Amino acid sequence: MSETPKFKVTIDNISIEVPAGTTILNAARSIGGEVAPPAMCYYSKLQDSGGKCRTCLVEVSKGSEKDPRPMPKLVASCRTTVMDGMEVKNITSEKVIDARKGVVEFLLINHPLDCPVCDQAGECDLQDLSYDHGTEGTRYEFKRRTFEKEDIGPYISLHMNRCIMCFRCVFAADQLTEKREHGILDRGDHAQISTYLSKALDNDFIGNVIDVCPVGALTDRTFRFKNRVWFTKPMDAHRNCSNPKCCGSVRLWMRGDEVYRVTARKDEWNEVENTPDGKPGWICNECRFEKKETKDWVIEGPTQVRRSSVISQGHYEGTKPTPVLIDTVMGRKPQYTIDIHSVSDVNRPEVELSKIDGPAHSDDFKPTQSDGGLKKWTDKLGKG
Amino acid sequence: MGVKLLLEHDKVEGIRYYDTYRKNGGYRAAEKALKMSPADIVEEVKKSGLRGRGGAGFPTGLKWSFLAKPEGVPRHLVCNADESEPGTFKDRYLMEFHPHLFIEGLLISSFALGSNTTYVYIRGEYAWIPDILEQAIDEAKNNGWLGKNIQGTGFDCEIYVHRGAGAYICGEETALIESLEGKRGNPRMKPPFPAIQGVWMRPTVVNNVETLAAVVPIINLGGDEYAKIGVGKSTGTKLMSACGNINKPGVYEIDMTISVEEFIYSDEYCGGIRNGKKLKACIPGGSSVPILPANLLLKTAKGETRLMNYESMSDGGFVSGSMIGSGGFEVLDEDQCIVKHTMTLARFYNHESCGQCSPCREGTGWMYKILKNLEYGKGKMSDIDLLWDIQRKIEGNTICPLGDAAAWPVAAAIRHFRDEFEWHVLNPDESQKRNYGLAHYADPIHVAASA
Ligand SMILES: Cc1cc2nc3c(=O)[nH]c(=O)nc-3n(C[C@H](O)[C@H](O)[C@H](O)COP(=O)(O)O)c2cc1C
Ligand code: SF4
Ligand code: SF4
Ligand code: FES
Repeated sequence: MSETPKFKVTIDNISIEVPAGTTILNAARSIGGEVAPPAMCYYSKLQDSGGKCRTCLVEVSKGSEKDPRPMPKLVASCRTTVMDGMEVKNITSEKVIDARKGVVEFLLINHPLDCPVCDQAGECDLQDLSYDHGTEGTRYEFKRRTFEKEDIGPYISLHMNRCIMCFRCVFAADQLTEKREHGILDRGDHAQISTYLSKALDNDFIGNVIDVCPVGALTDRTFRFKNRVWFTKPMDAHRNCSNPKCCGSVRLWMRGDEVYRVTARKDEWNEVENTPDGKPGWICNECRFEKKETKDWVIEGPTQVRRSSVISQGHYEGTKPTPVLIDTVMGRKPQYTIDIHSVSDVNRPEVELSKIDGPAHSDDFKPTQSDGGLKKWTDKLGKG
Repeated sequence: MGVKLLLEHDKVEGIRYYDTYRKNGGYRAAEKALKMSPADIVEEVKKSGLRGRGGAGFPTGLKWSFLAKPEGVPRHLVCNADESEPGTFKDRYLMEFHPHLFIEGLLISSFALGSNTTYVYIRGEYAWIPDILEQAIDEAKNNGWLGKNIQGTGFDCEIYVHRGAGAYICGEETALIESLEGKRGNPRMKPPFPAIQGVWMRPTVVNNVETLAAVVPIINLGGDEYAKIGVGKSTGTKLMSACGNINKPGVYEIDMTISVEEFIYSDEYCGGIRNGKKLKACIPGGSSVPILPANLLLKTAKGETRLMNYESMSDGGFVSGSMIGSGGFEVLDEDQCIVKHTMTLARFYNHESCGQCSPCREGTGWMYKILKNLEYGKGKMSDIDLLWDIQRKIEGNTICPLGDAAAWPVAAAIRHFRDEFEWHVLNPDESQKRNYGLAHYADPIHVAASA
């Protein structure tokens, strides 16, 4: 077999080479940072996903080397493949920013404002999206569309009000389980995710729909209202699962010695992470819902969380610096460069949160004489 | 009288049945075509300049030439008979009264494209028409025009009529394909285009009923002769379904050289505005195309007479023109309320959005709610700008053109009838009792003298 040819693509003035057949979105993700358009419906591990939410729209200002004409409309970057010599504008395009604001507004007009009681809060893609790309306030003055809350089986609860119709759970059920038992009923703004006769979703791998759901529409009933995610501490763990399709590597969300919740491991795009041998890390229902004791698991250590996340808890990764020079992207400041420690005295990197008993308290972060006081470590951070 | 190609035998008693159709020259084109090579038929259609009659006006011959022909993979012709665009009812007329013309067109096109299994996807609400078509299919089969080894040529073709379940979106060609496959009628992401991967991932051509019927006169006359009828890129004849406040609503075949004024006022066509009222506005090509006030309908912004064809109707772009679209010609007289009319259309698109993509799913409902407020005297001035902004954020940002189709009517109504919207806001009580009326919408437009 001949090797796939490489195409050169330039996104927001940054050029890279990617194999032919790569989508604009994946090319942008390989650059990283803000250059990667937000994606609410695309999910790299789910075939046919994407194209629906329209948050990932980008402007193609040059089609290719051969046919340099710009594309007449904004395109969904998750479903458009790159051409050799293509030039794409994401955050450098006024049109994209304007259209994306529109999409965020559309996604929010019927979304309930129940973040304070939503289990997804703190790890919700829609919260991040509206924070990064939305506007303050809403122009929508009508009653929001509502549906009844439904428990679809013993493990999963469905809050249709929060659903953004990304179709991910439908693809997940189609592709991961033996038989899909739920789908989309009706159409337009009255369409809903449901089972026809309030059936229980009962299938070895159905729990994964919770992980793929970008919002709090599908949540884990065994974790329901037990805790806010930012009070729990994520730990990477594994067990020898007898289910051959289950990867057995998970994330435990703990508090003290208690396991509150089990999820698959997620990557920086909030997708289920591939295992080291390249397989998607889906987990079975037994691992997710039934193994809630530390003795069930071999704990590998605290999860490295992005610094920007509300769940960071001190053991975060050194944030991947956004490889975007400020002047390349029209003077826009890349995100995540603010150093939280210069404005807040909580969440000091050297304080190991997993060693604190109970919820963290601001006292836990007070600089003490023994570590040289606040000044010393902010200086240290300043030097990198 | 203009040339009649499709409705030539409209007044012939019994033309619906095989024998009468055959006696009146029916299946002559098929006889001729079956002796030609498929490539030559495609060539004739290209020469004819025929443009798709489903709404977008894409050149049919060109579309046919895109059809992929991989070895060993069946190809399909699918006829789009979903006709659900409000104001459009020409396909129904053809299928109901001229089923054999339609089937002859299907047969020739299937032969040209190499489709041994051809589907007619028909709107569910046309409940009585599948029977008519199936009867005609049986007659055609009994006379050797369908089935195995047609007229001894070795070509096999079956036509199946598939009933839709009542969704406008299933008229969008990829949603139609999904629905035909038995799935939820959601439009597909393109590419791949149907010509490469359509029904069951096989190469597929989707064409409108009228488009395929027009293939019959094209073969009879020859592509070049057909192209001589009409003007410019608007060749041949076009069926218009006229409705609204006119004296003679109905389906008319026009050659595309007549003026809009003639079409509305002459006795051969619409017969003028009903009850001696004045013309206020018109949607010339089905509910999705921009509405035009009387003055811009009859004359272009340049002051030229507007003609009933693709080019002239779209003269001025969306700023001062519209589109021929699907040929649904809706006439509004001076007593009609544009706000109410726009609201009704917005309700339709809200109801018919498939809900896949955020701008269309959420935006259509939002526009409808705002328009409802405006119509019922609860609107605010800022609502008009908000509507404009919403439609702008839907247009061009969706998967399929339904989003655009929902945005355009709103945009055009605000563009041309803004003062009527403002009047509703400023006179909430009065607007519940009377309509804004004709106002200045028929006044001659001032054309800047060219230097
Ligand atoms: C929302 C929507 C509805 C449509 N409905 C119809 C229809 O009812 N009939 C039709 O022929 N084309 C309809 N179309 C156009 C088709 O997608 C397609 O362009 C057409 O069938 C192609 O045939 P033609 O080239 O012969 O016009 C619709 C398009 C959209 C976006
Ligand atoms: S329930 Fe969640 S995953 Fe499923 S469509 Fe709605 S938002 Fe997407
Ligand atoms: S534009 Fe509307 S109808 Fe078309 S795919 Fe999107 S939601 Fe569905
Ligand atoms: S992520 Fe591309 S459209 Fe949703």
